[in-house]
Amino acid sequence: MKKPVAPRRLLRSLLDRRTLALALLLPLTACGAGDEDTTITVLAASSLTETFTELADAFEADHPGVHVKLAFDSSATLAQQAVDGAPADVLATADTATMDSAQDALANDPELFATNTMVLVTPAGNPADVSGFADLANGDVTFVACVPTAPCGKVAAALLDDNAITLPPASLEVDVKSVLAKVTSDEADAGLVYATDAVAAGDEVESFEIPHAQEELTSYPIATLSQAQDDALAREFVDLVTSAEGRQVLDDAGFGAP
Amino acid sequence: MSTQTSARALGRPPLGLVVPAALAAALLIVPLVTLVLDTPWAGFIGELRTEAVRDALRLTALASAVTVVVCVLLGTPLAWLLARVDFPGRSLLRAAVAVPLVLPPVVAGVALVTALGRNGLVGGLLRDATGVTIPYTTTAVVIAHTFVSMPFYVLSVEGALRASGEQYDVVAATLGADRWTTFRRVTLPLAMPGVMAGAVLAWARSLGEFGATITFAGNFPGTTQTMPSLIYQALQSDPEVARTLSMILLVVSIAILAALRNRWLTTP
Repeated sequence: MKKPVAPRRLLRSLLDRRTLALALLLPLTACGAGDEDTTITVLAASSLTETFTELADAFEADHPGVHVKLAFDSSATLAQQAVDGAPADVLATADTATMDSAQDALANDPELFATNTMVLVTPAGNPADVSGFADLANGDVTFVACVPTAPCGKVAAALLDDNAITLPPASLEVDVKSVLAKVTSDEADAGLVYATDAVAAGDEVESFEIPHAQEELTSYPIATLSQAQDDALAREFVDLVTSAEGRQVLDDAGFGAP
Repeated sequence: MSTQTSARALGRPPLGLVVPAALAAALLIVPLVTLVLDTPWAGFIGELRTEAVRDALRLTALASAVTVVVCVLLGTPLAWLLARVDFPGRSLLRAAVAVPLVLPPVVAGVALVTALGRNGLVGGLLRDATGVTIPYTTTAVVIAHTFVSMPFYVLSVEGALRASGEQYDVVAATLGADRWTTFRRVTLPLAMPGVMAGAVLAWARSLGEFGATITFAGNFPGTTQTMPSLIYQALQSDPEVARTLSMILLVVSIAILAALRNRWLTTP
């Protein structure tokens, strides 16, 4: 049998002393550079990905030398991380209940900065010919929603209930981005997502209003964390989000006023 | 006896081996012990009785059992082909079979969607021809599990086939047995330990499978929600329930593994 040569050579070069020394030193230089810059870490719900990325850029532009690190995940995961003492400065969740669960880690009372409504989206071209939310009841439409333990799932369950739709979704996704992904890839005929997700998806989806959606608004709270390294800077980021500039960015993305 | 005498002759085990070995053992054991300690045992039985948990347990058991059966039925011939038949591209095929071993499960799920999703290459044709779609069904769960488990089975059986050697096959052939009879009566019995070990590995992999399942099959109680999906979902809302569910899965898997070990896996 022929012995493979290339992997062995690769391994040898990886184990080369100089390479090893470099690999060991690199993280140190990275730490060294960090001393000059200040970093604030913002934990934000997945649905805030686009807006908070834009706001973080604006914040960095206003504060030379400050780097904003963003971590997007489901609100529940982030709240849990905040309570567990994750090194972070600001927490923004997609509902008030999750924020309340992080109560112990908050430096101050959370402020509401945006609201979101739920819409029904179909893939571009609407292959299943969905004409409105009521079509979900007829059984021909494969639709997906969030799992009821997630904030987006609570709203979805409430809306299905309000509209007397008893057919269950084909799948209960763990977060709203997974629902959107199922729809944009045409793996589902329709999905219940936030208005902001529909705006972000642009031409990839067609959206339909859901009756009673205005009664099931979700509110987004933001707060600084007690483990924040630089409380004043964290505060300034929260102020930016709640400012007129922040409002504009949020408006453009489809968020409602609190 | 023999290990004792050789131990005397060889002297003490060197610290350079004992210390890393202890570290490795600690890394594997400590998290499991802390999981046991952190489990809210008071709610254990209550949790076991909820419909969601029973559905997920039933589905996990069903999916892993069917997965093992499919692995045995399809994987054994593939392993035999790789071990016994010389054909062009054999080493390439073996490498391809091993790829899912190193593939992150979520990537496996994405790959399955591109092949068997509603608009996948094969899934799209199937949907156009018959109207049948695979995602969101228990079949999709089994397919996802088989995809990630099959390599464990095939590589294990192929190893056993190679180790048992071809000479017995040759003898059987000279005695007049055709190749099918040889496979059934000689080759397969000799490779039985590998078949059993492979089946247990595939079963264990299937039991814990999460990424490919939730990506390809979705997540719905009773049809596609397996224990790991339920645990992940519980983690989003109630970590305490998630720990209890993890404990249930741990207890069940250790119990089955222990039962199998007594029967088939006892090392001589």
